[in-house]
Amino acid sequence: MSALGVVGGVVQPLVVVAGSPLLVGMTRQLRARLEGRAGAGIGQPWRDLRKLFGKETITPRGTGAVFRLAPMVLVATTLVVAVVVPFVTTDSALDPVADLFAVVALLAAGTVALALAGLDTGTAFGGMGASREMTIIALVEPTLLVAIFALSVRVGSTNLAAIVSATLHDPSRVVSPVSLLAAVALTVVIVAENGRLPVDNPATHLELTMVHEAMVLEYAGPDLALVELASAMRLSVFLGLLANLFLPWGIATTASPLAVLGGVVAVAVKVTLLGGLLAVGEVFLAKLRLFRVPELLAGSFLLALLAVAASFFLA
Amino acid sequence: MSDGTYVQLLDLACGGLLLTAVLMLWRRELSAIIGVFAAQGIALATLVGVLAAHQGSAELGAVAVGILSLRAGILPWLLHRALAGAGPARRETRPVVNVAASLLAAALLTLLSYAVSQPLVALEPSTATRAIPVGVTVVLIGFFVLATRRRALSQLVGFLLMDNGITTVGFLTTAGVGLTVELGVSLDVLLAVLVLRILASRMRETFGDTDLDELRELHD
Repeated sequence: MSALGVVGGVVQPLVVVAGSPLLVGMTRQLRARLEGRAGAGIGQPWRDLRKLFGKETITPRGTGAVFRLAPMVLVATTLVVAVVVPFVTTDSALDPVADLFAVVALLAAGTVALALAGLDTGTAFGGMGASREMTIIALVEPTLLVAIFALSVRVGSTNLAAIVSATLHDPSRVVSPVSLLAAVALTVVIVAENGRLPVDNPATHLELTMVHEAMVLEYAGPDLALVELASAMRLSVFLGLLANLFLPWGIATTASPLAVLGGVVAVAVKVTLLGGLLAVGEVFLAKLRLFRVPELLAGSFLLALLAVAASFFLA
Repeated sequence: MSDGTYVQLLDLACGGLLLTAVLMLWRRELSAIIGVFAAQGIALATLVGVLAAHQGSAELGAVAVGILSLRAGILPWLLHRALAGAGPARRETRPVVNVAASLLAAALLTLLSYAVSQPLVALEPSTATRAIPVGVTVVLIGFFVLATRRRALSQLVGFLLMDNGITTVGFLTTAGVGLTVELGVSLDVLLAVLVLRILASRMRETFGDTDLDELRELHD
């Protein structure tokens, strides 16, 4: 464990926790402006969280430990990912956990915990949302694994930090068919996994269309705040992963304060830009029919598989 | 051109070919499919152009320009004309196999093409020959489109996709097909498209549809 890794392990979760509600606020504000509304302001998600954390804990009758533990599992898994994935520094605080398979498994574990909580409520919406989320994650997880695996083939290691440093030392890798195919595949699954348009509409509570919102319908107070915070953190973690796997420039390679500050600013700018693109894209997209979603995800899986194939036959 | 940029551009063009082939399976609207086909024509012309620049052959450069005008210009334009004549109800393909299953089939076809083209690559390993599986994949996906689509126009696109794949393999394996041969092949494809377009419009005039599934029985 190097000094750089420790600095990253401390700075990264702080940046992710503080910045992710602002990212969500920024995307909402941008969308509101583009749709001709005034918008609630960039700080609104933080104000919502503060209000929700101040309320008393209340759980529906008949729910058990799964329901109460799920928000904490969700936040904890996302925090671990925020600590280990190279966002600000190229070294990782816990190097063995910064592995592609471990990170994807951690993120999927959070989703599964939330789906179990949705089932635990015993309501129709919770079960429906959970079943839809499982359909999506069953297609998203292999695509995530295969797409990042395509990048790791050239490096010869599934360690994310190793992949990022290799791209940093050899910028020509970015414009290769492997990177392009993997980037398209990753973008599609990140949109699907975070419940954004065209897979799920984050702004709606219309019962027939929602996926993520249906699972968390029964949460209130601090639990709801944790779930909201965790989904904001997941969005920033996924966007940060996308940004740093394909465009790692600006990331800190030494532990000097200036380099770390540069790394923080670089990752914030990249994630904000990606979030802005996401918000602008959502204005122009309609939600896809649920039965067309597997098609979209099968397509992205194929692109990821082609990326792996291309990394072998075009090497 | 340095070796590094040559390899990179060649790989990029091959990536573009693969991506557009998959997009043609993915999209449902015929107008979008034709747009993707034009993009594939550009990728193919880039591939030939890169090979021409690497070998310093003016003849191959002329072939690249010809491919660009034919496959990214004339053929998509002809397909658009045919689509405009088909009316608003015929804008979407109706595949026999659903899109998700055909995408998974395309994944298997990719692996198959990689397996079968290994002996070809082993004959003379170089950057160009290593991209042969890409061409074979495009051929197989084209054949798959040809076999699983019902409308005459989408089958035509499948045929053209297959031809793009064959051309790709041709340019990657040989040092240069030769201007005369390439000219003959291009004219052949152009004529085939023209004939099939006329055939499709005649079918529509006679039967009111180009759905080939409904043309199985003989009528008086």
